[in-house]
Amino acid sequence: MSERASVPADEEGDEQTETSDQAPVTTGAQSVVRALENAGAEYIFGVQGGAIMPVYDALYDSDINHVTMAHEQGASHAADAYGIVTGDPGVCFATSGPGATNLVTGIADANMDSDPMIALTGQVPTEFVGNDAFQETDTVGITQPVTKESYFAADSDTVGDNVSEAFALADAGRQGPTLVDLPKDVTQGETDIEPAAPKTPDTYDVQEEADDAAVQEAAEALAAADRPVILSGGGVIKADASSALREFAIEYEIPVITTMPGIGSFPEDHELSLEWAGMHGTGYANMAISNTDCLLAIGTRFDDRLTGGVDSFAPDAEVIHVDIDPAEISKNIFAEYPLIGDARKVLRQLFDAMPRVPDVDEWREQCQTWKSEYPMTYETPDDEPLKPQYVVETFSDLTPDDTIVCTGVGQHQMWASQFWEYTEPRTWVSSHGLGTMGYGVPAAIGAKLAAPDQEVVCFDGDGSFLMTVQGLSVAVREQLDITYVVLNNEAVGMVRQWQDGFYEGRRMASEYPWIPQFDKLAEAFGARGFRLEAQEDVEETIQAAREYDGPSVIDAHIDPGENVFPMVPSGGDNGQFALEEDHLEML
Amino acid sequence: MPGPAPPERMRPKGRRNSQGIRVDPEAEVTHEPRQAVLSALVKHKPGVLSEVSALFSRRQFNIESLTVGPTVDSDTARMTILIEEPEPGIDQAKKQLRKLVPVIEVTELDPTAVRRELALIKVGGEKPDDVNAVAEMYDGQAVDASTDSVTVEITGSKQKIDAAVEAFKQFDVQEVVRTGAAALERGPTTLNKHD
Repeated sequence: MSERASVPADEEGDEQTETSDQAPVTTGAQSVVRALENAGAEYIFGVQGGAIMPVYDALYDSDINHVTMAHEQGASHAADAYGIVTGDPGVCFATSGPGATNLVTGIADANMDSDPMIALTGQVPTEFVGNDAFQETDTVGITQPVTKESYFAADSDTVGDNVSEAFALADAGRQGPTLVDLPKDVTQGETDIEPAAPKTPDTYDVQEEADDAAVQEAAEALAAADRPVILSGGGVIKADASSALREFAIEYEIPVITTMPGIGSFPEDHELSLEWAGMHGTGYANMAISNTDCLLAIGTRFDDRLTGGVDSFAPDAEVIHVDIDPAEISKNIFAEYPLIGDARKVLRQLFDAMPRVPDVDEWREQCQTWKSEYPMTYETPDDEPLKPQYVVETFSDLTPDDTIVCTGVGQHQMWASQFWEYTEPRTWVSSHGLGTMGYGVPAAIGAKLAAPDQEVVCFDGDGSFLMTVQGLSVAVREQLDITYVVLNNEAVGMVRQWQDGFYEGRRMASEYPWIPQFDKLAEAFGARGFRLEAQEDVEETIQAAREYDGPSVIDAHIDPGENVFPMVPSGGDNGQFALEEDHLEML
Repeated sequence: MPGPAPPERMRPKGRRNSQGIRVDPEAEVTHEPRQAVLSALVKHKPGVLSEVSALFSRRQFNIESLTVGPTVDSDTARMTILIEEPEPGIDQAKKQLRKLVPVIEVTELDPTAVRRELALIKVGGEKPDDVNAVAEMYDGQAVDASTDSVTVEITGSKQKIDAAVEAFKQFDVQEVVRTGAAALERGPTTLNKHD
């Protein structure tokens, strides 16, 4: 499906056998591509350009699939999503200057969510570096704060090693993005040196298993707790620890809350699941996290959208914090029991160290009571106007468990996380830490290519969709079977919700009554477009879009008055979430 | 059966301080800032200094001084970083520093570590003998003199240099340059784990 210029398929096949990966490296660019091949790269998401051209030329002879994106931001988001779904680093390419700067949003996004990704950027020839040459920027300088490491490749003989190391580093320990900046003379330069095998730098140490004595102490504390809760973060999914978590929670009968990035790490249909906590998490998760006396937090960095005000976050709880990154321990929430290591291995250690099943029947009953007291519901007075929650819920009911849900950022993202039932890891692809509007369209492309056999749906908002809508052209060209659902309320709805709640309804720059008709826009791109207005048409429209073999867009005109609840005001107390507008006035 | 409204819900009595530490009602935990001397061995390559200093600025660590120079191994450089932070901030600074890929090793030096700073102080040249006399009081020496100015070199602790600068103010201080602290652990302990 991806391109290698216009070489016919059969000719291409012949060519592949001739130029298999045994051909010797002759240029820096070929060394770069060889390093990517050695590391197992399957797809590259990128945009051509002057300074990166030698690398693209080398890619012409490679089996790696290249997907030309409509904008570099889309390339980095697609690579990011590919990394989330497969667990292996996604790869993106951009040229120097504006190409590189356009990648930065996606790199920063991957950095905040610890998604494995490697970005390769073209750079002006070394003799021009620092001279403000055409399309020059200090890419290493710009990206250093948002990568695990940014490399400036200075030599044709070692540029392949730089890429190998960057690839390995992106995947090692706490995953994240890396970047290699490739001056044009370095990639054009002659070399016959094969890149080294992917290996992390010798200064990068990762502790895989936690100290046994510390694990024992933590296990004793957990077993002795009256109101224990497991908080499962995105790191559980990253470490492929979901099944270990399930075994542990079920064996020791401890309720499980996830963070938003941790969605899918524990099945939401299990009775121990309280779904996810935080600003728009479920009421019962927030009640449990507020009242727990022992919090086993795994692979979470205690983001402020999760904790609310630090002073009121799980204030009675002793915290057992499992993380592979020591710097996350006690960064935001102090941990009485720090356990540094890989989530899957530490969960295994904890499993063996637990002295007994904690005696917490009453606590579990309390959690169930909260479930019935604060259920996730919404009002459906009549068929009109269409409720976004109903669209999400219906879609969830119609699709298989392994369906991948991508989103943009905004109210639609919250509804997609609240009203879809997630049971499998790596099926929730969203922008959490950076909160990047426009993430959804390209992310769905990366997710679909990562998992071609799984259904992919992307919920977006009208504001968010419009930011990267050009990515639809890529989905059409690649004939990717993705269903985009635009939950269209003609506004950047989350901003409007805050303005209504906290700025006396002064809706400055949040209403978008001028947006295009997305169904027609979809058709203009060559996708299928559907307009959805009535509740009675929801199921039929979704099925029609699912059945269409290619990208489709459902422009769902939802109730513009609908807001996201529950809600913990920024910096607030999780236990005092508002279930409705009236509650906000009490806080 | 709808649950209670926000103010009526079950809530624990505890709370945490701004550093996320549970506050024991009987012994409130607060951390006053203190000065810490961090010593870091880093790869000696372009961009390391900016990577380290950018880390400190974006994480809002209160940095007092930062010195850097090569070691006997041409591949490594050594940084001495003075920060003033509450205890959790110092701990976090060390851990964040250790995470940087070019950083080989980080340690916080003992308060008894050997700690020196260098200052060059340029003062008016009208009273060279008096300048010299004050310089000697601080174990310093004049390293340059002209008809209009005398430049004095002083080495020592921050306090000593602060005092010297204060003393030289009587001679019309024209310029001062200070290096910030360089520090090494006393005794045989070294930072290089490969030694």
